[in-house]
Amino acid sequence: MAKITLDNLAHSYSPNPSCEDDFALKELNHDWMDGEAYALLGASGCGKSTLLNIISGLLHPSQGRILFDDQDVTNAPTASRNIAQVFQFPVVYDTMTVRDNLAFPLRNRSASPDYIAGRVNQIARMIGLEDVLNRKARGLTADAKQKISLGRGMVREDVNALLFDEPLTVIDPHMKWELRTQLKSLHHEFGHTMIYVTHDQTEALTFADKVVVMYDGRVVQIGTPQELFERPAHTFVGYFIGSPGMNLFDAEIDGTTARIAGATVQLDGGYAPSGGKIQIGVRPEFVKLTTSETGVPASIKRIEDVGRHKIIRLDVAGHEVSAIAGEDDSISQDAQRITFDRGGINVYVDDWRIARKGEAA
Amino acid sequence: MNKTVNQKAWFLVLPVLLLVAFSAVIPLMTVVNYSVQDTFGNNQFFWAGLEWFEQMLASERMWDALWRQLTFSAIILAIEVPLGIFVALNMPKRGFWASFCLVLMSLPLLIPWNVVGTIWQIFGRVDIGLLGYTLDKLGISYNYTQDLLAAWVTVIVMDVWHWTSLVALLAYAGLQSIPDAYYQAAKIDQASRWAVFRYIELPKMAGVLMIAILLRFMDSFMIYTEPFVVTGGGPGNATTFLSIDLVKMALGQFDLGPAAAFSIMYFLVILLISWVFYTVMTNLDKRDGV
Repeated sequence: MAKITLDNLAHSYSPNPSCEDDFALKELNHDWMDGEAYALLGASGCGKSTLLNIISGLLHPSQGRILFDDQDVTNAPTASRNIAQVFQFPVVYDTMTVRDNLAFPLRNRSASPDYIAGRVNQIARMIGLEDVLNRKARGLTADAKQKISLGRGMVREDVNALLFDEPLTVIDPHMKWELRTQLKSLHHEFGHTMIYVTHDQTEALTFADKVVVMYDGRVVQIGTPQELFERPAHTFVGYFIGSPGMNLFDAEIDGTTARIAGATVQLDGGYAPSGGKIQIGVRPEFVKLTTSETGVPASIKRIEDVGRHKIIRLDVAGHEVSAIAGEDDSISQDAQRITFDRGGINVYVDDWRIARKGEAA
Repeated sequence: MNKTVNQKAWFLVLPVLLLVAFSAVIPLMTVVNYSVQDTFGNNQFFWAGLEWFEQMLASERMWDALWRQLTFSAIILAIEVPLGIFVALNMPKRGFWASFCLVLMSLPLLIPWNVVGTIWQIFGRVDIGLLGYTLDKLGISYNYTQDLLAAWVTVIVMDVWHWTSLVALLAYAGLQSIPDAYYQAAKIDQASRWAVFRYIELPKMAGVLMIAILLRFMDSFMIYTEPFVVTGGGPGNATTFLSIDLVKMALGQFDLGPAAAFSIMYFLVILLISWVFYTVMTNLDKRDGV
């Protein structure tokens, strides 16, 4: 187990990157604290897997350093980094039995046979493959194969970190939940540093202590699920996390008020945005429909009942806006305006959130 | 649902039936016809029963040719399969050099059999051939027209030169189908180079290798042109393989009856070995699945 430090790290797949767009992974400084569970969240192609492969040493970064417990391992090969990694699609050794598959990483490191036998049984129990230990891996289902991959990743106790690259993509939904829970309990039990790459926000938010959101090769926010929800640092975080995502309104800010579509909205403090495109972001949870005469004019387009709550799709000055109402709330068809919960308003300049005056940034 | 019975559908099978009849069944029947009769020309035939078969089974000449043939096939398989795999493992995976190697590897496969024979026949000559001349000057006694060992080495090296590419290309295709994640996982698991080959590459190549071995076995078991051009079956009968012997018997001596019986047995041997081989390989595959 180790703290992993990324120092000025960046990577480009072209040999002579000339501009920032050439970089699949833009310059990044970050510490992955020892023993924490991180989720790396972002849309496909945003550099998540690149970052993971750099940490495990499958890829050599174009610039910067990687340190494990303050030791530079940038040039160290994968094998000597003592990292476990599970890939998106199951990788099993077809001709080996499930038992041999699980024992393989230990045997390659010349562990004692007694230890291997014990450890393999323990892992098999954890992933529920005890019954098939003596079968060849070839004939098993994709679910079972991916469990073997997970098991092979977890079988070593002394790994510096466990990396997961969208490991549950091929798993059935109910198994997904079960495996994720197991991973989490495993984390509590052994305290490995874990990095879990996914593009599924539910997976990220339920698995991790801290979620790292990536967008276009850049880390845009690192925070607890609650921070990501309440204070998205970038409009992408607001859009990507939450269902539906955060509403954005073009606005003009004047001290403690904002003007949206001709209406005035009270903010929870004073802002002094300078230049750029100014927007305010409000999550659908903080948008309320009202029949009163104050608020931002809006017209109801449709209402979607998703069971737990209702999603109201509105039109505000030509833009689609969503609001969430409780399952039992009656929605008046006369409602012509929306108001915002003051604490749920964030102000963005050129897509990045700015702090209000007096707020600790 | 009731199916409509329409016997006219048989007419659709007719073209294939005719084609197979004329291309395979009728010629084969001609051979069967010769194998059970004796003729003195003038289209006069006398019933001979299984006499030719008995004669052939008792013939030392045929057994010798068969053992020579089996030895030859075993040797070239033992060389070409590992060598082909080795070449495939060392070929570049992508980029210009990958295409270049593919073209280079295909070249021997594009040369007609008798040309291959002629190339090696000249190449090995002690008076004008580069190989023969060089060996001779180095003091190594090499003469494929007189020395049994030299003749065998020449024929085997020629076959290896001609056909290893086929095994290499098939193995290469198998290797190309392995996703990168397998190699990455092997690195994470700290697998040795040998383990990567044994547990990742070999299992993924097994299917194409089976085809390669089967093709190479059948082809080598029927080999005729190349050794015939180089050694003519000699020295003595040292490189007289089954096909060469058969042609000698049928066209050289015009013993049509024994040659026909020989042909049928030859065909059955190939069929039998291929079947046994295929069954064993597919059963190995199934056993792994359980």
